Amino acid sequence: MRNVWIIFTKELRSYFVSPIAYLLLTMFAIIFGFFFFVAIKSFVVFGMEQQMRGEMMPMNVNEQIIRPLLSNLSVIGLFFIPMITMRLFAEEKRSGTIELLTTSPLRDLEIVLGKWLAAVALYVAMLLFTSLNFAFLFHYGNPDWKPLAIGYLGLLLQAGCLLAIGTFISTLTRNQIIAGAATFGVCLMLWIFEWVAGFDTSVWAKILSYLSVTVHFDSFARGVLELKDAVYYATVILFGLFLTSRSMESLRWRS
Amino acid sequence: MISVKELTKKYSRNLAVDHISFEVQKGEIVGFLGPNGAGKTTTMRMLTCFLPPSAGTASVAGFDILEQPLEVKRRIGYLPETPPLYPEMDTESYLAFVARLKGVSKSDLPKRVKYVCERCSIGDVRHKLLGKLSKGYRQRVGLAQAIIHNPDVLILDEPTAGLDPKQINETRDLIRSLAGDHTIVLSTHILPEVEQTCQKVVIINKGKLVATDTVQNLQSRARGAEIMQVEVAGRNGNLEAAAVKSRLERITGVSRVSLKQSLDSRGVFEIEGQKGFVRGDLARAVVESGWDLNELRPTAMSLEEIFLQLTQQAAPPAAEALAAQGKQS
Repeated sequence: MRNVWIIFTKELRSYFVSPIAYLLLTMFAIIFGFFFFVAIKSFVVFGMEQQMRGEMMPMNVNEQIIRPLLSNLSVIGLFFIPMITMRLFAEEKRSGTIELLTTSPLRDLEIVLGKWLAAVALYVAMLLFTSLNFAFLFHYGNPDWKPLAIGYLGLLLQAGCLLAIGTFISTLTRNQIIAGAATFGVCLMLWIFEWVAGFDTSVWAKILSYLSVTVHFDSFARGVLELKDAVYYATVILFGLFLTSRSMESLRWRS
Repeated sequence: MISVKELTKKYSRNLAVDHISFEVQKGEIVGFLGPNGAGKTTTMRMLTCFLPPSAGTASVAGFDILEQPLEVKRRIGYLPETPPLYPEMDTESYLAFVARLKGVSKSDLPKRVKYVCERCSIGDVRHKLLGKLSKGYRQRVGLAQAIIHNPDVLILDEPTAGLDPKQINETRDLIRSLAGDHTIVLSTHILPEVEQTCQKVVIINKGKLVATDTVQNLQSRARGAEIMQVEVAGRNGNLEAAAVKSRLERITGVSRVSLKQSLDSRGVFEIEGQKGFVRGDLARAVVESGWDLNELRPTAMSLEEIFLQLTQQAAPPAAEALAAQGKQS
């Protein structure tokens, strides 16, 4: 545990002493801010139109603002995750510092966990910025906080999966660009698999859509904690981390 | 302290390290010598548990590299060919990070960082970013991280590569001063480095062990004969080289004379003297024949020549015999 902490703090530091963390945080905040603005605006416009027409349909902040925004967040995250994970191992392999880590009395899994947790922590920092936006909703309205909390949990789990996959891909190359591009490709695939079920009903389509990370986020966005979705995320995280530590081991055989 | 048994590393096609065995005693400085691509780095990487061997094994401080890698890693300080530095860290926080990695306790940490900074004289760059350090400082920070946890064994892969002559000397002094506390294995392809810093040499070539012995033994074994360079000058402005040669050949103990260089009135000869050869005889013979002796210089066989001799030996039996001899002595 101590070793995981050492790696974790070192990784988190190197995110924050370089411009990476600030760049990601800013971009994420701006992009989410845009979505937030659009969601609020259309909500307000919709409400005013109804008043003008004299109809009073029930309006719900949770259903009409928070839920679509959470879904947006889950997709925006896909674009940022490669930038978080691409350097994790590729950079160490290129600069040779991996030799320091692997000749220190650490287990491979401790190194992997430390690095992955640092990536997760950076993502959490990004999510914290979005919580500022949601705070406005609580200030001006009275939404239910529980679905939002479950939504955040879902975001965290989904990011955990993709970060684990990204970490794994980063061990495969010494080139950060390749690691980033490959992770980006995988993230996009795990997103578009969701659409396959829309136009095909074969078993393959079902399997593909089951594999999609965004499909499993739907229940979290609705504010429902579904066991099968949580299990899916947990499995992918464990599998990704397992692959990463195996890959680190094979690094020694290959290099 | 280190015992290597039949260590072998095979990559898909070639044998990088071919059944190497040797021992290193506690407190010794051992030079690991070989031309580029001989398998030095691969062997060191196996000793540090960075690479697993294809066959054979080794033990460091009594722990097997295959069975108890964590224990081995705890006792080894390792400086790879390029110092493993994070450019975005400053020297002090880097050393603290490595110390924590290697298991130095939090209470000992400031003490250890201070100690290695003094030892490797990097105190003045404590707060500088590693990415901004000069090559010499990078190398020294690399050494500092290797000794930060006071390891029993230090493994240094070409510690002086890429340094200027002054830095090379400083680094060698530093390494010598570390001996005693630590057992040191250093690799190099620079021969004077071994002569100056090491007590024992392990020579490998193309993955095979060629010789392992002390520096003195290697020199005396390979020498066998004493080689002299002699410059003789004629009195009256010219010199008959053939006459000098035949005179020199008649001196007892001289087995071979060759004319290296001939000028109008001077000639430079190389003389190989066997047992029973006395330098005084040579001087007297020259003077008594009416010539002047301008120079009489023994050319000791440098490690360089021994090395070339050993690594160029085409016949493997000879090399093996030498290696076997080395093991006995």
